[in-house]
Amino acid sequence: MRTTTRKALAATAVAASLVLTGCGGGETGESADGTITLTVKTFGQFGYDDLVAQYEASHPSVKVKQENIAKLADYTPKLQQWLTAGSGAGDVVALEEGILIKLMAKPDQFVNLLDHGAAALKGNFLDWKWQQALTPDGNKLIGLGTDIGAQGMCYRSDLFAKAGLPTDRAKVGALWPTWDGYLATGKQFAAANTGASFFDTAGTVYQNILMQQGDQTYFDRENTLIAATNPGVRKAWDQTVAMIGAGLSGKLQMWSPAWNAGFKQGSFATIPCPAWMLGQIKDQAGPENAGKWDVARVPGQGAVRGGSFLAVPAQSKHPKEAAELAKFLTSPQGQTAAFKAKNNFPSSPQAIDDPAVTGAVNEYFSDAPVGKIFGQSAKSLKPVYLGPDNQVVGDGIGDALTAIEQGKLGPDQAWTKAMNDAERAAGK
Amino acid sequence: MNRSRLDLHGAPYFFVTPFFLLFAVFGFFPLVYTAWVSLRSWDLTGDAGFVGTANYQRLLADPDFWNAMLNTLGMFLLSTVPQLCFALVIAGLLNRPIRALMLFRLGVLAPIVTSVAAVAIVFGQLYGRDAGLVNGVLGLVGIGPIDWQAGKGSSWIAVASMVNWRWTGYNALIYLAAIQAIPRDLYEAAQLDGAGAVRQFRSITVPLIRPALIFTVVMSTIGGMQLFTEPLLFGQGDISGGSLRQFQTVAMYMFEQSFQNFDYGYGSAIAWMIFLLTVLAGVANALIARRLKGGI
Repeated sequence: MRTTTRKALAATAVAASLVLTGCGGGETGESADGTITLTVKTFGQFGYDDLVAQYEASHPSVKVKQENIAKLADYTPKLQQWLTAGSGAGDVVALEEGILIKLMAKPDQFVNLLDHGAAALKGNFLDWKWQQALTPDGNKLIGLGTDIGAQGMCYRSDLFAKAGLPTDRAKVGALWPTWDGYLATGKQFAAANTGASFFDTAGTVYQNILMQQGDQTYFDRENTLIAATNPGVRKAWDQTVAMIGAGLSGKLQMWSPAWNAGFKQGSFATIPCPAWMLGQIKDQAGPENAGKWDVARVPGQGAVRGGSFLAVPAQSKHPKEAAELAKFLTSPQGQTAAFKAKNNFPSSPQAIDDPAVTGAVNEYFSDAPVGKIFGQSAKSLKPVYLGPDNQVVGDGIGDALTAIEQGKLGPDQAWTKAMNDAERAAGK
Repeated sequence: MNRSRLDLHGAPYFFVTPFFLLFAVFGFFPLVYTAWVSLRSWDLTGDAGFVGTANYQRLLADPDFWNAMLNTLGMFLLSTVPQLCFALVIAGLLNRPIRALMLFRLGVLAPIVTSVAAVAIVFGQLYGRDAGLVNGVLGLVGIGPIDWQAGKGSSWIAVASMVNWRWTGYNALIYLAAIQAIPRDLYEAAQLDGAGAVRQFRSITVPLIRPALIFTVVMSTIGGMQLFTEPLLFGQGDISGGSLRQFQTVAMYMFEQSFQNFDYGYGSAIAWMIFLLTVLAGVANALIARRLKGGI
């Protein structure tokens, strides 16, 4: 009988040790023959397979291991765990713009790339992209830019023809040198009663206008909330509210089934579209709408939504080699290759001017020269400082605009609410 | 003699240890750790130190939290009350000799087998503003079109209908099992006394399945406090639950603070608050149940 008891005890102990040591295993990253292994962590699609093979061929002592998590929403909390735990982040990590802005508040978690000769590379990046990863005092660079969500204005040429507007993309672009021009065109379009709205939802239009209003939005460089007093924010808000008031919004929530169906049914005539959205539009609108969609320039001076960076965590065992790899992957050639592989639009002016990018046309969008249109949009944008709490304040303002669209709040009430929410979010 | 004493007194504890070990690792530890995190200021950039009860003080003064609390309570009432009433009626009907009894009894369980995400997506389409079936039907009688997500009441009704659809059958089966345990002779005696079907149901069935009623109320309360997937998918994944947080539940608010704003300390404080309120609701349930039992 005694043995039975002991067995039970042993079994329990084994089970316990299995549970407790479930997460173990370390990586040293160095093998006996002196070659080192660098781990690159990315999310989504960075298109680095060919580049990695190329790098390993020219650096025989370096092996590169790619680890990818498909969804950004899954990747971000993991990244946070790695950084907090002090291990697991590997040697090169991809940082999405929103996360980078937050992490800029604590730059010690990353290697200063300026210590590894990155300063000479400044000319390889669009100025605003470079500034985003640079601390406000200019002493520390935590990331090198990869891609950007350069924007154009996608439009339905068949709906434009129906409304008696020009359909040629150069003439369409000439309709809206500014957002006032876009509003005027929208009013003309609405007067024609095509049954479609002029754009899908006010939130994205607002975001585009806002990013063109000077070098700061909700926060100044000391991270003080200035949303209520910054005339740029108010201007973007007023212009968007005027568009809602003119009945131009389709009031469709982004990514909702109705929004998706809208591409096929032609329920809105224009939508500000980042480079990556073209694939989405093509899938949703389907082959029967080929040639009906086209891309023109975005109103105002350039526009960009999102994008990513590569950084070297301070916990990396081989910071020097990791920085070299990050520099290689974000070089103009690296960015051009990533564009060719996965259509990630480059943040390097040299890559943007590369024939492989400028010559890119999109068949589905009536052979629009998307490389040129997006490149122009990206290059004319000025740097904007965002601040670590940018996203939560922005979400609140977006929600307030939706409430106006739904008729739940008047513009003044909505503004007051948005500013109060911003105050609370920033003052926590 | 010593040996058998150890067997008698020691062995049972060893046999139950696996559960307690698993509970310690996956239940108790997270609970305590969350409490610890909730006393600290901790965001994406790391732990910024002990802040005492600051997170809780902020929580008590946070209108968004109380708004989420109100929404949770509203949707809980709109889902639990009709759900349990319908379940009781369905159980009563399923207890009668009808054709294809097994088919119906299994049929009421079908919604629970369906994935909650699928339910929420289909209902989300039904409640669509422009091309939703519900607005289409309401349009026939001259109502609408309603923007279901825009209003508090309308969004609560929409979310509650998903919960009701999913759980009514489950509760009905629990009631049915309880009803079948009632001795038949009680009904026969009542029949002899001239009681009709409704009177029998009210005076025999309902009082005698009271433990089952209490069980379902407790389970619905716990489920109601954790309501998350249905409202989240109803809003197409919008964690803030509508433009004015019309249908954001406390679970969603916790998720928003923890994993969208990466305010882990505050998120943990919300999690603990939900835990405390659930315990409170459980205790209230138990007290009421004890009084009811005493009343039989």
